[in-house]
Amino acid sequence: MARALINIPPKVKRGEVIEIKTLISHVMETGFRPSNTGQLIPRDIITNFTCSYNGEEVFQSTLYPAIAANPYITFFTVATESGTLTFQWTGDNGYSVTETAQITVE
Amino acid sequence: MSTTTRRRLMQGAGALAIAGPLAVTLVRSARATPESMQQAIDKIVGSGKVTKGKIAIDIPPLVENGNVVPLTVSVDSPMTGDNYVKAIHVFNEKNPQPHVISIKLGPRAGKAAVSTRIRLATTQMVVVIAEMSDETLWTDRAECIVTAAACVEATL
Repeated sequence: MARALINIPPKVKRGEVIEIKTLISHVMETGFRPSNTGQLIPRDIITNFTCSYNGEEVFQSTLYPAIAANPYITFFTVATESGTLTFQWTGDNGYSVTETAQITVE
Repeated sequence: MSTTTRRRLMQGAGALAIAGPLAVTLVRSARATPESMQQAIDKIVGSGKVTKGKIAIDIPPLVENGNVVPLTVSVDSPMTGDNYVKAIHVFNEKNPQPHVISIKLGPRAGKAAVSTRIRLATTQMVVVIAEMSDETLWTDRAECIVTAAACVEATL
């Protein structure tokens, strides 16, 4: 089971630019590595990561095999109002994980 | 009857000189080359003019383990409604594939900066392209020396 860590400041001022740190456990198998039997291990990576702020998409990224295992991505957003941040990772073999985090804007 | 003349020797040397680089290309075809990286970049930029600047790449100049290389890219932009960074693309020269990550941003980002951890198969250049809201394109590159490879190694 996938495990995701999300770090956002719990209380922020309105209009403040906040840093969001995300980490998810995933092998990010490149598809270029041979196994012990000499055959290539099929590719198994996360291909997309998005973040929505109260339903509005604020960050979208496309990942390739050159992203290290357990993808760690940090980015910034403007804290406009209290609400929910939704994080979604999708990838090969029907991989899909959604996490949410609450943010309180004073 | 064939004798080794100076002319023949030179012809042979010429043929070898042509075959040499070809053989090298064939052997290395599994890796992205600067040319395939350029093709990937051309797909993004099209016929647009790319200018050097506005981008700061923070990557260690020398890493021991290419499997986890911290990378931070930031673009100098006010990130307002009419002047913001639309997208950031990261490329590499010599991994099996030229792409690393593509990011779409908007004025809601507040700050055009992103950090992640990447894999580098060998010592190479990392190239960043930034697309602005006014359709201008900016680029910068940074070199990272890698002492242990990633991506194609059998063991991690």
